[in-house]
Amino acid sequence: MKILVTVKRVIDYNVQVRVKSDGSGVEKENVKMSMNPPDENAVEEALRIKESGMVDEIIVLSIGEEKCQETIRTALAMGADRGILINAPNETEPLSVSKLIAKIVEIEQPSLVLMGKQAIDDDCNQTAQMTSALLKWPQATFASKIEMEENSATITREIDEGLERIKVKIPFIASCDLRLNEPRYASLPNIMKAKKKPIDIKSAEELGVDVKPRIENIKISEPAARQKGVMVADVAELVQKLKYEAKVI
Amino acid sequence: MSILILAEHNNIEVKSSTLNTISAASKINNEIEVLVLGYNIENISKEISNYQNVTKVLTLDDQKFENVIAENIEPIIVSLAKKYSHIFAPATTFGKNIMPRVAVKLDVAQLSDIVSVENEDTFVRPIYAGNALATVKSNDSKKVITIRPTSFDVVAKEGGSGVIETINFDIPEQKVEFIDREESKSDRPELSTARIVVSGGRGLQSAENFKLISDIADKLNAAIGASRAAVDAGYVSNDYQVGQTGKVVVPDLYIAVGISGAIQHLAGMKESKIIVAINKDDEAPIFNIADYGLSADLFEALPQLSLELDKLNTIEK
Repeated sequence: MKILVTVKRVIDYNVQVRVKSDGSGVEKENVKMSMNPPDENAVEEALRIKESGMVDEIIVLSIGEEKCQETIRTALAMGADRGILINAPNETEPLSVSKLIAKIVEIEQPSLVLMGKQAIDDDCNQTAQMTSALLKWPQATFASKIEMEENSATITREIDEGLERIKVKIPFIASCDLRLNEPRYASLPNIMKAKKKPIDIKSAEELGVDVKPRIENIKISEPAARQKGVMVADVAELVQKLKYEAKVI
Repeated sequence: MSILILAEHNNIEVKSSTLNTISAASKINNEIEVLVLGYNIENISKEISNYQNVTKVLTLDDQKFENVIAENIEPIIVSLAKKYSHIFAPATTFGKNIMPRVAVKLDVAQLSDIVSVENEDTFVRPIYAGNALATVKSNDSKKVITIRPTSFDVVAKEGGSGVIETINFDIPEQKVEFIDREESKSDRPELSTARIVVSGGRGLQSAENFKLISDIADKLNAAIGASRAAVDAGYVSNDYQVGQTGKVVVPDLYIAVGISGAIQHLAGMKESKIIVAINKDDEAPIFNIADYGLSADLFEALPQLSLELDKLNTIEK
């Protein structure tokens, strides 16, 4: 049994993102890039399922420019077995990304696809659901617990009202929440070992997927900044301000 | 062409996100049809048919729809899609779960979590946890959109006279089975629509200490929120989380207690009208966006705040 895990290279979650003054996008030059955080949870979950003895191989897939190989290497250093990079523009939309993933699923025939629930750059939260619909595999979105059984899995999902449990047949697609697990750090020996693990490079064209964007960015702008307020001396002053100045209590 | 909206409800009442979604769609077109799927939903369909701008309610009442399974809902929307220029749903976990499936089946790039409608094909949506706003134009012939409920008003609950039409659809056997749902029960206002929110962070240090937050919330008739750190640490359950991957709230008053103010948390609350921060770290980034900051130990400040609120005694309920 194989697991396919998808990883996206994004601006590190700790970086304060800056909008370019010409409105064309955000500053990406000399900015720290990392693996999209919930994708790390997806990699970690794949490793745990493999360690339980249910899975023989973990394949890591990334879609984007050459540098996405670094993100794949990070997953390989965590313990994944081999990588696939599909060369495509970094801004490839979830619609095309899901078509590319579906192509790789056809080729690799995994039993399970694990993804992060949302990329922290475009904040779309679409790819897992789209891939599920394309493959007609059951979807388990926003997973905070995955319990594997022989032919199925019980998934705990985080929803606005609380938690929901569903049972899905294998093969299925799960989108992982940050609370699914605590991703491990790669050890130095494993980082060295990961350098020798294979990464297969493909292109969107050879997979026959049109990645032309459907959505046009008219402009990227900075949200209106909040004015810095005042510091109050004590709780009594705070309550007075809220009551008589802001009039919110 | 009219607009189709997927209604969110819990078979008992209509979620306010549905009213926000109708209002967002009304910015494009006043001919709105609403799809209501559920079990024992006669009253819900009737109620929605009265909402302003609703011209038709398409309803399917079947036990199969008692619980939301995305795989059951998507093919119905896809089968109806031809008649509509736009398909809208709220960007709640309900809408997020279903709409991308509809989009891919229609071969359309979805626009997620829009906060503004510029015109019929151009919209504004936050990216990078709201640190940038993207004005985007969809070049697809049909638009599949989820809207951020807190960014749109609620539509009036009367003024419409929609026709209620029952639809039929054969649902194929699914590979997904609903087991159960664990909902937090609370008498407090709902977090995403509350007028006042009191949120706690890592600074609370334990689940027990969250009592300090709930005491203040009770006195203000407020909802309780939390930072991701507090949820991860198990102080409160996931449905309390405010932030990039949790809920977005826009209350009149947001009180952040023991929350440092990571950008992921700010993404969920920085549009609040008045923000109060209580933190003992003077350098905490939350103070940069707070209207009123109090540099204090929360374990001293919250009991004092509780007493001060008692003194006021004129709290608006």
